[in-house]
Amino acid sequence: MSLAAQLVAQVGAPVSFRGPTIDYHALAPEIVLSAAVVVLVLLDSIKLERAKAYMPVVTNLALLGALIPLLTLAYDGGTRALFGGSYVVGPMPLMLKAMFIVTTYVVVLLSTNYMAEGDYWESEYYTLLVSSLLGMVVMASSRDLIGIFVALELLSIPAYMLASWRKGDVRSNEAGLKYFLMGVFASAVLLYGMSLVYGLGGSTRLEDIGRVLADAPTDGVPVVTLALVFVVIGFAFKVSAVPFHVWAPDTYEGAPTPVTTFLAVASKAAGFVALISLVFYAFLPRADIIEPLFFVLAIGSMTVGNLAALRQTNVVRMLAYSGIAHAGFMLAPFVVAGSNPFRSMQSIVVYLVIYAAMNLGAFACVIAMARQTRSAELKDLAGVVRSMPGLAWCMVLFLASLIGMPPLGGWYAKFGVFKVVVGAETGLGYATAIIMAINTAIAAYYYLNVAKTMIFDDPPEGAPVRAPRTPPSLAAAIAISLVATFAFGILPGLLTNVTSYGPLALGG
Amino acid sequence: MLLNQFLLLAAVLFSVGVYGVIVRRNGVLVLMSIELILNAVNINLIAFSTFWGMGGQVFALFVIAVAAAEVGVGLAIVLLIYRNKRSIDIDALDELKG
Repeated sequence: MSLAAQLVAQVGAPVSFRGPTIDYHALAPEIVLSAAVVVLVLLDSIKLERAKAYMPVVTNLALLGALIPLLTLAYDGGTRALFGGSYVVGPMPLMLKAMFIVTTYVVVLLSTNYMAEGDYWESEYYTLLVSSLLGMVVMASSRDLIGIFVALELLSIPAYMLASWRKGDVRSNEAGLKYFLMGVFASAVLLYGMSLVYGLGGSTRLEDIGRVLADAPTDGVPVVTLALVFVVIGFAFKVSAVPFHVWAPDTYEGAPTPVTTFLAVASKAAGFVALISLVFYAFLPRADIIEPLFFVLAIGSMTVGNLAALRQTNVVRMLAYSGIAHAGFMLAPFVVAGSNPFRSMQSIVVYLVIYAAMNLGAFACVIAMARQTRSAELKDLAGVVRSMPGLAWCMVLFLASLIGMPPLGGWYAKFGVFKVVVGAETGLGYATAIIMAINTAIAAYYYLNVAKTMIFDDPPEGAPVRAPRTPPSLAAAIAISLVATFAFGILPGLLTNVTSYGPLALGG
Repeated sequence: MLLNQFLLLAAVLFSVGVYGVIVRRNGVLVLMSIELILNAVNINLIAFSTFWGMGGQVFALFVIAVAAAEVGVGLAIVLLIYRNKRSIDIDALDELKG
């Protein structure tokens, strides 16, 4: 037999590769976003300087384009499992994807004037923003260790660059480097945990891992604990839970404020989405390990976050610490994950969506007010109600929602978490609820302090009487957040209907 | 099979990497320590994949590719810091605190 014939025989004989059948409808949002990234890069390289003005518009049109297949998929209903169950498109992933896309839409609205007025690289900014969004959208559907890891890196790597976007400013560089080192270290620890999980579960699919963990509940206990702890710690960095939160305030303060908004809302939500997938689809059989672990993370985050927020003089930094405290609230339902998985998952998702709406609004108001005050220091915001009454009162509404006052969205988010945590009737659940109640009271103080400073304090010497007009894109961003905050507070059924709809239960 | 030895090697590499991240104050050396952790992960994945099939090897390929991208971005940020501060000492980054 000749060599060529041998090669042909080897190649042709035993293995025949057949590509997976791909449901293009289910993947349409991801395809639209990938195409948007390519179009933005091409537009940048072809039109150069002239392209700058089109960038935000093209980005936002692409984001709206990605929403259309989400609507058609939601209308179709049902759950579609792709690639042997590694990638699932169902009601909950669809809602999370919609949240990520709308959040990014608002962030683009916030960035438009900020980027054009400051000394920034504009075109690449939008490309990276959409790349990061693509990672989040993939994360919402991934039910596989490889998928989750790749999505995490796809959303993080552009974010590292965005955080250090002000190239000449040492503070922005520092923010970027701190975020990068912490993020990379966290993902390395996470990967080590994932490699152990793979070794224990024998598969990278979460469903299979969950089945193996359930079948062998007592085997190899130390290794299981180690693996689960490493994976959870990796994501604890991402969601800035105490004691892995140290990067967050520095990064939030140093990064450009629209990027901070993106990190505080979208990036953190993506970390929670990954935790939800891992805990509820794979680790649930070992609730005995994960519940105490999340108990420590949750109460630590809310207590430390709130106490540190009390002594902040910079509003962005205060919002960073308040974000850590809110992360604690979002981690609380994990403490009772074993007793009522479905309700815990639902309350976390509802909290995520409402938190996104109100936090976006708060950051949008800070960005709009900082156009006049040129800083986000609390003392510079004194008496802004005289020059910018509309903005100041919107900010008060968002702060009230962050406190959890009805009828704004925040109250329903907190109420849902309380209901789940108390309803589980476990010792850890009750302990969490008590600490949450104390923290809600502490948090009210520093939010109200900002409101008081803005409304009752005298403006500093030389403050202008009339502020410059708020640009339409910023006003639109605030309006979208305000409508969402009110809508979710008055009609919480909007969210619960979606999250309880269809086969959301485990494996769905 | 010699699974134990591979896992021990990986655990040692992981520990050395974590030690390096915590102790080293030079930005580039921290990046190298993180690479050590990632290599520990790859050893783990490939050792396990002798039992569980191709999944682990595919995962290891993804880890290698993503690590390259991460280091690319990381070195760019370290270079940016060096341009502005003439130093890549992490402890010298103290503009933001509180």
